[in-house]
Amino acid sequence: MEQSNQDRLLKPSKQVGIVGYGAYIPRYRLPASEVARIWAGGAGGVPIVEKAVPGIDEDVITMSIEAARNALARASIDPSEIRAVWVGSESHPYSVKPSSTVVAEAIGATPHTLAADWEFACKAGTEAIQAAIGFVGSGMARFALAIGMDTAQGRPGDALEYTTGAGGAAIILGPSDESLAHFEGSYSYATDTPDFWRRADEKYPEHGERFTGEPAYFKHVLTAAKELMSLTNTGPEDYAHVIFHQPNVKFPQRAGRMLGFADEQLEAGLLVSVIGNTYAGSPLVGLASVLDIAEPGQRLLLVSYGSGAGSDAFSLSVTDRLVEAREKAPSTQDYIGRRTEVDYATYARYRGKLTLS
Amino acid sequence: MEVSRHWRLKKQRYALQGEVCPHCSVKIFPPRDICPDCGLDARTPFQFSGRGEVYSFTTVRDAPEGHSEQVPYTVALVRLEEGPLVTAQLTDLDQQDVEIGLPVEMVTRKLRSDGERGMLVYGYKFRPLLRPAA
Ligand SMILES: [Zn+2]
Repeated sequence: MEQSNQDRLLKPSKQVGIVGYGAYIPRYRLPASEVARIWAGGAGGVPIVEKAVPGIDEDVITMSIEAARNALARASIDPSEIRAVWVGSESHPYSVKPSSTVVAEAIGATPHTLAADWEFACKAGTEAIQAAIGFVGSGMARFALAIGMDTAQGRPGDALEYTTGAGGAAIILGPSDESLAHFEGSYSYATDTPDFWRRADEKYPEHGERFTGEPAYFKHVLTAAKELMSLTNTGPEDYAHVIFHQPNVKFPQRAGRMLGFADEQLEAGLLVSVIGNTYAGSPLVGLASVLDIAEPGQRLLLVSYGSGAGSDAFSLSVTDRLVEAREKAPSTQDYIGRRTEVDYATYARYRGKLTLS
Repeated sequence: MEVSRHWRLKKQRYALQGEVCPHCSVKIFPPRDICPDCGLDARTPFQFSGRGEVYSFTTVRDAPEGHSEQVPYTVALVRLEEGPLVTAQLTDLDQQDVEIGLPVEMVTRKLRSDGERGMLVYGYKFRPLLRPAA
């Protein structure tokens, strides 16, 4: 007899939820038309409106600190109770020296805590969430902080340069009965797929053109979403909002339609056209944007995608506590609305694309 | 650059942690273990809110080594809402006129990098309020 698939559903022994969340998006914006002006003579369509660009004094560490402070304000907990500070990113400022220890120190979580950096392309942030569910759900820790944050870089003139943005979010996980939204179950799916990579000493990534769509993004995102819905006996109609990893506008929209979601179910969490692809930050900042407006009782589906490749999928249910907590820190829209447009030259200076010496 | 000095200063520098005098309740920044008001021992840690307003400011166009990539920048004396005056760089300022009395909030940013291979130094700066007070 065939074994039941039910053990594929990831579910901790104790119920876990999100007790605090916070977004961060830097204030500068590079319009895609500006990239087209430099590299394509202004000709051709552009994939998004604009992308968020970090200031010259910002990086994954400073951005994570602000997102974590927002999450702490909403959680209203003592930071010294956090037993894990996990930062998922493709753009940690140091190759060797964790981002997480600086973040932990700055928010007051040190020294009785685990601190680590996570890497898995664009799903490093949801990997940290999966691990934090286990850490809290096993009873080892009362609170754990998972962050997905990136300052993504594309080679000048490469197609990626239109969309590589900056931003992300921090999520504090804790006991379900104190949560703003609780995890009903999750699922992870991974295969060895060569769609996108960056070697250790290279500044910019490479991508295997043919591989980015069907066998990579769609195969993993669709499978993860379908499996999780099947394992939790839910369907597209049970979710008020769905958030996908968003490298551009078309991929998540097409994935949504293929799974039977209406475009409106994606709307609140689809930010790529105004902030760009924030890589490890992408699914988390989409989730933060949805938590800013979701109503108690609503169910949310979150599906990440990381090249290489894998997807994590989560089913969440919003509690009454969300409404009061969300007012305690700036919303994702507060950050999106704080907007200073820059031209390509300023962008090149901010992103270190010019060599001064 | 002295790595050990950065390390010792990190709590006050990353998050504006100072002290409060247990005798007269004066809030102290930077921490100096002696109350500037009553002269008694003051070692109780105190976490400042990070809110304050610009007391005075100046724009730096000729920066010391390690800060040159950020020029021009504005340095201000900020009056914290708990009382102390702090010198710090202002950030996220574009197209915004700085004026005395401008409400600001603390953020943690890169202060400097010791070249391509050295340590990155993080610390407090102030910016105009992201969300003006309700
Ligand atoms: Zn005193």
